[in-house]
Amino acid sequence: MYDFEYHKPGSLADAVKLLSADPDARPISGGQTLLPALKHRLNKPTSVVDLSGIAELRGIKREGNKLVIGALAKHVEVATSPEVKAAIPALAQMAGTIGDTQVRNRGTIGGSVANNDPAADYPSAVLGLNATIVTDKRRIAADDFFQGMFTTALEPGELLVAIEFPIPEKAGYAKMRNPASRYVMAGAFVAKTGGAVRVAINGAGPGVFRQTEMEKALTANWSPDAVAGVKQDADGLNSDIHGSAEYRAHLVTVMAKRAVANAG
Amino acid sequence: MPQVTLTVNGKTSTVDVEGRTLLVELLREKLRLTGTHVGCDTSQCGACVVHVDGESVKACTILALQANGSQVTTIEGLAKPDGTLHPMQEAFREYHALQCGFCTPGMVMSAIDLVQKHPDGMSEKEIREGLEGNLCRCTGYHNIVKAIAAAQEVMHGRAQSLAPAAE
Amino acid sequence: MNVVTPFEGIGASVKRKEDLRFLSGRGQYTDDINRPGQTYAAILRSPHAHARITSIDTAAAAAMPGVVAIFTGADMPDLGGIPCGWQIHNKDGTPMAEPMHPVLAVGKVRFVGDAVAAVIAETRAQAKDAAEAIQVEYEVLPAVATLEAALAPGASLVHDDVAGNVCYDWHIGDRTVNEAAFAKAAKVIEFELVNNRLVPNAMEPRAAIGDYDPTTEDYTLYTTSQNPHVIRLLMGAFVLHLPEHKLRVVAPDVGGGFGSKIFHYAEEAIVTWAAGRVKRPVKWTAERTESFITDAHGRDHVTKARLAMDADGKFLALHVQTLANMGAYLSTFATSVPTYLYATLLSGVYATPTVYAEVKAVFTNTVPVDAYRGAGRPEATFLLERLVDVAAAETGMDRVEIRRRNFIPADAFPYQTPVALQYDSGDYQATLDQALEAAGWAGFEARRAEAKARGRLRGIGISTYVEACGIAPSAVVGSLGARAGLYEVGTIRVHPTGSVTVLTGTHSHGQGHETTFAQLVTDRLGVPLAQVDVVHGDTAKIPFGMGTYGSRSLAVGGSAMVKAMDKIVAKAKRIAAHLMEASVEDVEFDRGTFRVAGTDKTKSWAEIALTAYVPHNYPIEELEPGLDETAFYDPRNFTYPGGCHICEVEIEPETGITTVVNFTAVDDVGRVINPMIVEGQVQGGVAQGIGQALLESCVYDSEGQLVSASFMDYQMPRANDLPMVSVATHTTLCTHNPLGVKGCGEVGAIGSPPAVINAVVDALKEYGVRHIEMPATAAKIWGIINASRPAMAAE
Repeated sequence: MYDFEYHKPGSLADAVKLLSADPDARPISGGQTLLPALKHRLNKPTSVVDLSGIAELRGIKREGNKLVIGALAKHVEVATSPEVKAAIPALAQMAGTIGDTQVRNRGTIGGSVANNDPAADYPSAVLGLNATIVTDKRRIAADDFFQGMFTTALEPGELLVAIEFPIPEKAGYAKMRNPASRYVMAGAFVAKTGGAVRVAINGAGPGVFRQTEMEKALTANWSPDAVAGVKQDADGLNSDIHGSAEYRAHLVTVMAKRAVANAG
Repeated sequence: MPQVTLTVNGKTSTVDVEGRTLLVELLREKLRLTGTHVGCDTSQCGACVVHVDGESVKACTILALQANGSQVTTIEGLAKPDGTLHPMQEAFREYHALQCGFCTPGMVMSAIDLVQKHPDGMSEKEIREGLEGNLCRCTGYHNIVKAIAAAQEVMHGRAQSLAPAAE
Repeated sequence: MNVVTPFEGIGASVKRKEDLRFLSGRGQYTDDINRPGQTYAAILRSPHAHARITSIDTAAAAAMPGVVAIFTGADMPDLGGIPCGWQIHNKDGTPMAEPMHPVLAVGKVRFVGDAVAAVIAETRAQAKDAAEAIQVEYEVLPAVATLEAALAPGASLVHDDVAGNVCYDWHIGDRTVNEAAFAKAAKVIEFELVNNRLVPNAMEPRAAIGDYDPTTEDYTLYTTSQNPHVIRLLMGAFVLHLPEHKLRVVAPDVGGGFGSKIFHYAEEAIVTWAAGRVKRPVKWTAERTESFITDAHGRDHVTKARLAMDADGKFLALHVQTLANMGAYLSTFATSVPTYLYATLLSGVYATPTVYAEVKAVFTNTVPVDAYRGAGRPEATFLLERLVDVAAAETGMDRVEIRRRNFIPADAFPYQTPVALQYDSGDYQATLDQALEAAGWAGFEARRAEAKARGRLRGIGISTYVEACGIAPSAVVGSLGARAGLYEVGTIRVHPTGSVTVLTGTHSHGQGHETTFAQLVTDRLGVPLAQVDVVHGDTAKIPFGMGTYGSRSLAVGGSAMVKAMDKIVAKAKRIAAHLMEASVEDVEFDRGTFRVAGTDKTKSWAEIALTAYVPHNYPIEELEPGLDETAFYDPRNFTYPGGCHICEVEIEPETGITTVVNFTAVDDVGRVINPMIVEGQVQGGVAQGIGQALLESCVYDSEGQLVSASFMDYQMPRANDLPMVSVATHTTLCTHNPLGVKGCGEVGAIGSPPAVINAVVDALKEYGVRHIEMPATAAKIWGIINASRPAMAAE
């Protein structure tokens, strides 16, 4: 790891000031992705801004027909939160399968979503549930937020504050893990919210994406069988030593089917 | 140089660190608590697991400065001052759940957190899933799973002894 | 008073003596050791698989904070190359190609990870920072990353002076007899398979600390080694030219080895040599990514085989042609693995009258390949046990029956194979019967049907194997090219109050020698286990030793201890005879008590020990004081553990995921000293075997970049990937060592891979699968299923 300065601001405003003043500063929350990257010297920040002391980024609460989760909510908190379990059990279930126990004890939802690793779990929930990303400056719809591998709509110095999840009628998630890294090899988050169906696919492609054919099929008939016949095109999907694009395409259908079954 | 003040195994220390110093480096190199090991550089093997404020974390994936003000427990801090082992340590010995011993400190620390988070007890499958973040190359996990299964009964007060019913 | 002494001798599952320190965080692994004034080394490594070094500029790096010194290959003109310990001869009698392996690269780099420069600095981070600042210009050359590429006509040469990249072209067996047998065959099975390359991945990364005392000119190396005396010999005599009395090698607690810590590595020489140059201790510790590209890898064979059978399914002849990957340089025992540890096992448990094997060892631009748990024997077993299953399938024979029909019968021992070895004992029918019973073989079809009803493909596989441990005798291995003896050394040091310290030349890095070796002493001398300590891993303490590999520790090291104890008992009896005024022939000794036969005259162990050291009433004219004996033991033969492994799997057709649902191992490891430890060894070995069969895959791309270079891409078996493993033993005693032991460290990794793959192939039998290469990943299995029945793809 290259050396850097460490800051721990006490307020959102101070954090934004630090990050805006230095384009090579990086925010850190749980650090479960950033620190391994820094250890491999893939990144050379001048300073690291620890967000963990910022109260505005905390909290999980239900507001009407929305669930608002602060950026600093750890995976273990989302997995065990009574509010999340009651409102969106699929989200709690997903959080309980991210990484391993120790990752869940440190990693945060804000960090995961802002990082937008194609093989991460949360982006598919955010996209599938049509959540809104709340930053220190604005509100961003999920469809606009994710812009491909490790890329989001966040501008330099802009901080993710919270994520607002509309509460769905039904939602379910299923994934196949990469056998080595245990990140997602192919995953599907399905949700029916206010009558609208969304299917978000993670792991299989270079970024999270919506599977519109499956959305149509499920709109017509909400059942595992409805998606079982929908084939994912392998073009553009990831292909590596762990599986071909064709295998991943096949898994997308299998996981979508299971996700619907999990949603009930 | 930045400073970190933290309480490790009940003893409070203030240590000079760099921004980039990891908690595991602070423990091993500054405090000479070498029971916490480093087995990988991708946050996967779990040899470095310690408890920070009661939760298991990978000490290789947290900056020392992020642990400022924390209560840290390492493998060296588990036994009672009179030397009485923690039931999990005892179970690992009883069930031959360690061979080379390198993954053992992290495995024990993870196992304790796992048992504490499951007051109703875990099945064999749940124990195996709970060990997702810890690698062992020696044992095949067979005896680690058995040790944790026995230790959870003692830790939750459902059994007095670790010994298997009949063997 | 009723004192109950728990039985702690041979056969008792006593808890391990070493556990308390490991469980308390008090183990002392190499990286836990810190020497006063210590500096840190970082190694700059080649990013290219094959390149000429055109220049190295260290000036900027040398000016970085904390840098103490920077060394390159040019700074080491007087050092020798890293030696290979076994010389193989070609078919034509000429010696193998043995190119120079410099400590730091000179002229060319030959694999990604090859050491180019060493930076010594005040801190680890500073050393790494400075290593990055070294400017190296490379002229990149075409790389050969696979056996096929290396052997292609006109292939780029890894070593300019090794034509065709061939290290050796060797054979064993009688070709003429073999060909004649094939001519008479009713059926010939032809088969090709790969034994996949593996990364050992002991959980403790390698580390080394060099220390130097300028006043005495003494060097000390602390290193993660399975055999400190061997490192002292190789590094001292061949690389650094240091005499043994000026070089101490300490292998403290070592966090697993599995073969990868046998070999002498460049970093050991670098830190030792550099400590002498900078006059301060130098520590190097591998990061895991560095381990992936520098620890010797294992396996990596490509094999063609032909099996001749008669009309009754009896094996008539076997012909095997194997290509073995050596990597870029010859690691310490690399050359012996695909020859004397592989081809000599190709008779297996079968009475095949003739076996002829040809092995071509090949250089490639990859990490050196050497022994990994099993070393050669898993490759032989995988080939044979897959081949036998294929033969059964293609002749319509039952998989169990074909094995029974060809087994070496229990009354045929000692059995001379056609490939040099003479098996001393074994009972393959018995281990097979016991395993079939334990695994519920007879009831399998019902389980298959039940699984099918749940939409799962269930299969069962069997593997019957023999292996060879405790490589020996020295004279024989010497005639075959070994450049060392393969005896072992044990010292029994009885202290004045009767407690015992054992010094052994073997090394424990997970095997539990501190317990089992103490049990040998308790059993023989009657000294309670708590009063016996075992010391290993330090050339300054242990007279000599060859270390731990090839499951040799108990068979060879334990036997040396027995010989030393024989001397102790003989001398103690003479002391006892003197004290009891009896003739020495009349003194009996049984577990701690000396008795004049047929009388109630006795002396205790403690009295004799004290007398030996306080010789007031002592036969001083005829007997030296003291009770401290050393023995060297050179075995008369290998030992031959064997057994039967049965694996049951379920495949989820939709994803291709294979789950091992049952695993049964019945092994003949000879006499069992500590059943608990034997079971643990087998369970761990089986885990590595299942890892090889289903999960672990070391992949290079065509440019020679290691694609699976971290745990992110190399699938280590996790708890949830493995089943409980049912372990039992069936003993036939080794006939030629005093303990009757055979060895248990590798059987799990040797017997299991073919059992797993045979089960997978069985599960997929409706898809017409003849063979599936390891690892049988979910993606691979789904590919087979999908190719056979495209209609199922989206089900």
